[in-house]
Amino acid sequence: MKFVDEYREAGPSREYARRIAQICTRPWTIMEVCGGQTHSIIRFGIDQLLPSSVTLLHGPGCPVCVTPLELVEKAIEIASRPEVVFCSFGDMLRVPGRRRDLLAVKAQGGDVRMVYSPLDALKIARANPTREVVFFAVGFETTAPANALAVYQAAQEGIRNFSILVSHVRVPPALEAILSEPENRVQGFLAAGHVCTVMGYREYEPIAARWKVPIVVTGFEPMDILQGLYLCISDLEGGRHTVQNQYSRAVREEGNRVAQELIGDVFQIVPRKWRGIGEIAQSGLGLREEYSLFDAELRFGVTDRTVEEPAECRSGLVLRGVIRPPDCASFGTDCTPEHPLGATMVSSEGACAAYYRYRAGASEHEGSKA
Amino acid sequence: MHQLISKVLRPALSDPSLDRLHDGAELSAGGARLAFTTDSFVVQPRFFPGGDIGRLAVFGTVNDLAMCGARPCWLSAGLILEEGLSMEELWRIVHSMEQAASEASVSFVTGDTKVVDRGKGDGIFINTAGIGLIEHDQRIEPSSIGDGDVCIVSGDIGRHGIAIMNARASLELESQIESDLASLAAPVLDLLKADVKIHCMRDLTRGGLGSALIELAEAAGVHIHIRESALPVREDVRAACEILGLDPVYVANEGCFVLFAPPQDVDRALEILGAWPATGGPVVLGEVDLRTSGVVTIESRLGIDRRLDMLSGDQLPRIC
Repeated sequence: MKFVDEYREAGPSREYARRIAQICTRPWTIMEVCGGQTHSIIRFGIDQLLPSSVTLLHGPGCPVCVTPLELVEKAIEIASRPEVVFCSFGDMLRVPGRRRDLLAVKAQGGDVRMVYSPLDALKIARANPTREVVFFAVGFETTAPANALAVYQAAQEGIRNFSILVSHVRVPPALEAILSEPENRVQGFLAAGHVCTVMGYREYEPIAARWKVPIVVTGFEPMDILQGLYLCISDLEGGRHTVQNQYSRAVREEGNRVAQELIGDVFQIVPRKWRGIGEIAQSGLGLREEYSLFDAELRFGVTDRTVEEPAECRSGLVLRGVIRPPDCASFGTDCTPEHPLGATMVSSEGACAAYYRYRAGASEHEGSKA
Repeated sequence: MHQLISKVLRPALSDPSLDRLHDGAELSAGGARLAFTTDSFVVQPRFFPGGDIGRLAVFGTVNDLAMCGARPCWLSAGLILEEGLSMEELWRIVHSMEQAASEASVSFVTGDTKVVDRGKGDGIFINTAGIGLIEHDQRIEPSSIGDGDVCIVSGDIGRHGIAIMNARASLELESQIESDLASLAAPVLDLLKADVKIHCMRDLTRGGLGSALIELAEAAGVHIHIRESALPVREDVRAACEILGLDPVYVANEGCFVLFAPPQDVDRALEILGAWPATGGPVVLGEVDLRTSGVVTIESRLGIDRRLDMLSGDQLPRIC
């Protein structure tokens, strides 16, 4: 497959791994921000090609994982109402609330539907004018344009039975939150390529300068990640902290202006709670005042619900790169994909799920670095 | 599903035939060796590119019998109809069952029909059971898989699951992906006629190749090692999987199976399978050894081994 196969070839990937080993004179700890990158790393065994002096920490870039319990509970409450058709991306359906997930709501008779795009939810709203159709608008800057478009179209067409439950998050404030932690170990970042296709990468420059960390916008295939690591480690070894673009086949410096304008028209920057991390200032997107008619929290009166995160799930530490999944005492014992304590064990992009799926019960596979 | 079977159904319904964990039971009666199996079909949509629930209900059971090394002979059909299902649709489904039965050289010899109230069924549920004759001396079952066996897959994987997902959600993929739904009886009977040594076979239905291999590794107490670079996945199926964040290894098939054979029989098996359109493009996926028990490992394109794990529930498409 074009644009995929050439980035998965063993030869060039191993060559980058060899070059990384050549330039490494000291231990370095680098965080890949996006859950898609985490899965690639574990699935292809990229971490096992690296010299032992390079430690990869898995970042908070899994939208399902960082959606706060509070919002999952709101989703469950809204989805349980008889007049509601609750539409969501597949990933969110198995994320545990306090007692059940959205699939359980469906099993108990709720009309919960898996869709592939917010525009599909809008279609359902058009076709069912007597039902309340709610879309669970989760995700980073990547999914924000499509969600903004759905709300914009609903407003244009005067569709009154459509609303979205918003849990949009932004990457740059999360990186600053990680860097400002006293226990922070991250020395460089692989930024999330898909987020940057929308937003570009200028907003990372002040972060790199302020915290003196190199940031490399990186793709998702093995060669992308190894090349991203090579660029990041070159900077670290040279005492530089620049913002570089490894994923230039998809990302432009200024990003996608049309998408950014659409986001800006419909959403505004708001503080947002992250699951396992807590509230981060300016880290979310919420609907602008003029679109508040489409805000499911207001429509169904659930704005005031608050839920404490369970203490036994340490996913916040995983998401901030303080521990790795196998370091958690519950990993693979009290917490499995069948009975997850937190979303990182559920989502297809969650770090705990990646370790469980690709390294399950295989502690003998762990740590065998090339 | 795997856990449901191992924790609830097997302990309650234990029997030596059931405990062999095969696609069907092997029984003997009056000197004849019989294979007996049953399956229920609940697919939505009922008509999909490459087939329909009627054809699926016939080939599903025919294939389970074929996987036991049996020549499928007789089928039963149990239809549960939801009030309101159109006669036209029912006629199309039944006609399709008849045509599939004729293609697979099996007869429907008994059946039953029930109607349930509207809202109590999903249009139509079909159960079929089947009996086949085992006309050779081979023991084709998980426990026959041994050290050094070669693992062959009969054709490209993932088409049925993606075809169904596309039909359900109108993903508007550029190419029309059709289900691989097909009877596997004829190619299997050809293998047996040529006296190819077959240690075990398994069709790659729900849960796909990955789940089937893990079940077999556990049942046989062996280690199965396969190579990602050998996996046959059609370009359009692979593209759809990439977009949706699905692993084709776990996507369902309805006309595809794995076969375990000793190395000396591999070339003949490949040649015979390659001659049938339904199994065009058989490839060697990997080998069996006794390093560990009940484990499947897959070598990534970068040459790193990782363990294949049983999926928990269905694969759900990702967000971005």
